[in-house]
Formats: sequence, structure tokens, C-alpha cells
Amino acid sequence: MIVEPGWYMALAAALFLIGSLGMLLRRNALVMFMCIELMLNAVNLTLIAAGRALNDLNGQVAVFFILVVAAAEVVVGLAIIVSVFRLRATDSVDALSELKG
Amino acid sequence: MVELALFALMAVAALVGAVAVVVARNPVYSAMGLLATLLAVAVLYVVQLAHLVAAVQIIVYAGAVLTLFLFVIMMIGVDQAVDGEELIPYQRPLVGLVAAVIVLFTAALTFAGDFDWVPTSPGVLPEATSGRVEVVARPLFTEWVLAFEATALLLTIAAAGAIALAHYRRRPR
Repeated sequence: MIVEPGWYMALAAALFLIGSLGMLLRRNALVMFMCIELMLNAVNLTLIAAGRALNDLNGQVAVFFILVVAAAEVVVGLAIIVSVFRLRATDSVDALSELKG
Repeated sequence: MVELALFALMAVAALVGAVAVVVARNPVYSAMGLLATLLAVAVLYVVQLAHLVAAVQIIVYAGAVLTLFLFVIMMIGVDQAVDGEELIPYQRPLVGLVAAVIVLFTAALTFAGDFDWVPTSPGVLPEATSGRVEVVARPLFTEWVLAFEATALLLTIAAAGAIALAHYRRRPR
């Protein structure tokens, strides 16, 4: 019994679903950020599985770029969270409502 | 067969970790769940012959990104005081046992010199999709060299931006 590429995609879909649920349900900025990383990983898994199924190396190259961009995103995002925390002393996104129109 | 067993194990580990990220009340537990998911997904990369991506995943994600997350969690402060109490009985001996098993397994693999323990599916060209460094590096530095340079620029800008944000002080009025 071999593992079909679709199985990996199903697992990736489940991971993406959990990540998006966490993004919608949680109010802690850090946990929401981790959920974004979860979703990025789900997409990476899909790309690797597709690249293997299609025998195309570009899937792995795309994952490489996503990893780099995600690292940059984490650096800037965490810096923003820290500077927001310095001003407001909270990490709940509900408390940050000054920007609404 | 090996792939099926690994897929089942790692899929369960990844899903449990992902659920832990969402449900855990303590952000540190969320980070640990994320770590479990990242490691499980890295194993799934190895199973699919994406060796370089798996190594980068462990170094960049499980290493750098997660450390940064934990650093910020500690800096912002976990709400409840964390004392030396251990929730799981015999936690330290268990951790030692698991670590010993991992070390023994790795040493056995190294001495046996057998790293091709994940079989490739018949019919699939192992050479083309085998994600060893030189195989992945070739398209990276020929076909996608512009994107590569762009991400390098992005990383530089991100580092500069993070430092600028960290140095930000409100001007005294």
C-alpha cells in the first residue's frame, strides 16, 4: 500500500483548516501569529507533495522561497507585537481598536 | 510500507501539535505544539525526498523562528507564574529515555552508513526530485536567481526594519 500524493494534500488541508480556525478563534496576537505559520507549513507540504507527484523540482524551490519570506515576516511581525506591547501592555488584538474609523 | 508507517505517525503528530497550538491556554504550550507540527512536517519532507527543504525547515523554523517566538513570549510575560512543578510524573527520566533512544538510533544509522532507508516509489525518477543540495541549488541559481536576489533584499530590509522597531523610543515632549 503506497501513500498517494492526495493523502499529503488532505493532511495539509487539515492543518490549514486548524490554522485558520485558530486565527479566527484566538485573540492572543502571538498565538494568531503561530497559526499563520501553521497555514504556511500546510501550503509548503502541498507544494512538496505536488512537486513529487509531478516529478518537478520547482515545488521544492517554491517552498524554499516561502520559508525565507516567512522568516522575514516573523522577524517584522514579532517586532511589531513587541512595540505594540510596549505602548499598550497587552497582547490581545481586541484591546487594539484605536485605528477603527 | 515504511512510507505508510511514517506518514501515519507523523500525520497524527502534526495534527495533535496543530490542535495544541489552537487550544492551549498558555502561549508556551502553543509554541511547543507548533514545534511538534514543524518537526513532523520536516519528517514528511524527508519521506518525500526533499532533504534540503527538511534541513532548512528544522534550522530556520524549529530553530530560529521558534526561538524568537519563545523569546517574545517570555519577554511579554506568561500570565501565570511558572514554578518548578512537573505536571507529568517521572518527566525527567522519560525525557532522558527518549533522548537516549534518539541518540542511539542516530548513532546506529551513522555506523551502518545506510541513509537510504526511505524507499522511492517505483517508476518515479529518484534523481530528478531528490532534493539534495546540488539538485535544488541548480534551478535556484539559474532559473530563479532574480527571485533569490529579491528575497535576499527582503531579508535585509526585514532585519533593518526589526532593528529600527526595536530601537524606537517615544520622543519626550
